[in-house]
Amino acid sequence: MFRKIMAPVDLAHAARLSRALQVTADLADRYRAEVCFVAVTAPAPGPLARNPEEFAARLEEFAQAEAARHGYRASSHSMVSHDPAVDLDDTLLRARKETGADLVVMASHVPGIADFLLPSHGGRMASHAGVSVMVVREE
Amino acid sequence: MADDTTNQGIPQPEGEADLIETDYEIGQDNVEGSLGPFGFDIHNPVFMISGLTIVAFVFYALALPEQSAALFGWLRPAVTANFDWFFLGAGDIFVLFCLFLIVSPWGRVRLGGNEATPDYTYVGWFAMLFAAGMGIGLMFYGVSEPMSHFSTSLGGPVLEDGMRTDWAPLGGAAGDEMASVRLGMAATIYHWGLHPWAIYAIVALALALFTYNKGLPLTIRSAFYPIFGERIWGWTGHVIDTLAVFATLFGLATSLGFGATQANAGLNELFGIPVGSGTEVVLITAITAVALISVLRGLDGGVKVLSEINMGLAFLLLVFVLLVGPTVAILTGFADSLLAYVEFLPALSNPLEREDVNFSQGWTAFYWAWWISWSPFVGMFIARVSRGRTVREFIICVLLIPSLVCVLWMSVFGGTAIHQVIADGFTGAQEAPLELKLFKMLGELPLASITSFIGIILVVVFFVTSSDSGSLVIDTITAGGKVDAPVPQRVFWCVFEGAVAIVLLLGGGLAALQAMVISTGLPFTLVLLLMCWAILRGLMSEAR
Repeated sequence: MFRKIMAPVDLAHAARLSRALQVTADLADRYRAEVCFVAVTAPAPGPLARNPEEFAARLEEFAQAEAARHGYRASSHSMVSHDPAVDLDDTLLRARKETGADLVVMASHVPGIADFLLPSHGGRMASHAGVSVMVVREE
Repeated sequence: MADDTTNQGIPQPEGEADLIETDYEIGQDNVEGSLGPFGFDIHNPVFMISGLTIVAFVFYALALPEQSAALFGWLRPAVTANFDWFFLGAGDIFVLFCLFLIVSPWGRVRLGGNEATPDYTYVGWFAMLFAAGMGIGLMFYGVSEPMSHFSTSLGGPVLEDGMRTDWAPLGGAAGDEMASVRLGMAATIYHWGLHPWAIYAIVALALALFTYNKGLPLTIRSAFYPIFGERIWGWTGHVIDTLAVFATLFGLATSLGFGATQANAGLNELFGIPVGSGTEVVLITAITAVALISVLRGLDGGVKVLSEINMGLAFLLLVFVLLVGPTVAILTGFADSLLAYVEFLPALSNPLEREDVNFSQGWTAFYWAWWISWSPFVGMFIARVSRGRTVREFIICVLLIPSLVCVLWMSVFGGTAIHQVIADGFTGAQEAPLELKLFKMLGELPLASITSFIGIILVVVFFVTSSDSGSLVIDTITAGGKVDAPVPQRVFWCVFEGAVAIVLLLGGGLAALQAMVISTGLPFTLVLLLMCWAILRGLMSEAR
């Protein structure tokens, strides 16, 4: 039913994504789908990498580690955004198009009052992605 | 490593760049958490020190208005009178250093590694450079500065007890209209041409180099790695970053104050809306609200779009004044002003033993302090959008082209107003207060109400872009160089800038703001001089 699952991850907080990663693995196994990990970085150095290339390498490392752990095929697709704090949604929507994924599985926070000001990424993804989106609430 | 097909989102491989090896991890001193529904990720202690000091300062200005007004009134002349030589001399060093880099072999170094490609087109890039760098200032001083220097030059030197009490640049040109025009334009261009842009270029270059090529966090302290080494992650760096936050906040609040008074003057001229601190507070509040929307739309959706719109509007206004104003006089004036600039530059930029004390201290030294206090903000913003340019291309584009555009702007707006005095005998703009001169000049041209309205819009939008990009910069510095800190922090700084501008306007008017600009500009001048050395050290190890 699904051939390629896009899994947006926040590499800096990968530990908080345990439920979403597990669901991704279960679905990949069920549908024999490839998992494509997507992460967004700014051109400026960040905590994880000093430039976009290093960041892409870190993401690929993460993808292959997940693939080995769960036994599915994985790839990675890193995105550069000038202003990731604001442009994250649009960048992820672009990544969905570029990767050609037909399912998105992503973690989301518990909705709160701040969502009226800054809507959640999962919510926006679900309304605009044009493919199935599964938003997994982390505890 | 991902292969090319899975990795299209990334620019081409960047080639060699000389990364600095350090154990410091970006964000390691940060405090992450949430306050109610809003998340935050701030640098400890830079955020707290700068935030609390500014709050304390604002309370002081409000609680003891008379005492603080006296202090501010004393501070500005005290600093400019004692340190004018330092500001002027440093300004000259910055220009010479930039010109040297253009012709030096290091001009070939590319920001972001030798295979990096630019993130923005020239149009988008220039629009942002300009909107961030001068915006409101061009609107405020475009007519008023050439006019002021022209009038004082014409008046000639006035001596009292052997001291000059007039405000004329150099020796003035008593009674000689043509010579006064030339001297007035030269003095204006001196303040808006190479010198301010050299100051911006140095900060921007240092930040871009140490961020994109050396892999250090996007914050002012990174530029000092060659000088202080690992100590920049400690208190040395905290002090530098905190100074940068002060300079940015007060520099920005001053411009916002100028913007508010000018928009108010324009609205009064057009619609009879009363002039006063009440209206200005409403204006600052309303414009800050618009800036908030721009902040929430981010760099590409907010500042960039607004900057481009404003560049378009400013260009239209420029062409309009050029065409319906005294076209021939302006165009010959442009060439003549440039020549006058070259002719008077050595005398104007001489830092020592100046006789025109009022001009060199009250105008030049104040301007230099103002540009310098703006430099962390504009420099960091320019750095953020300049990845992929070579050093030579970068300096030519940040130094020479904006300087030329400023000369053109001043020639058109100032030239028209001066022409109105000389040829038409209209002295409305000459006699009006600073913030009103632009509208008086436009009032003499056709379609005055439309162009004046566009003028007000320009001031307001420049206000918005400054406030937005300013919040972006202060947020990045106070987040230890993280560019993806939670957006509510930016919202906080944006609101805070508006609040500081309001409080200082109420507390002591523009004098208070200007005094703070000068006092934060002084220590930062030293920071900038050190930065030149750091840039050289950084460039030496790059592939060219």
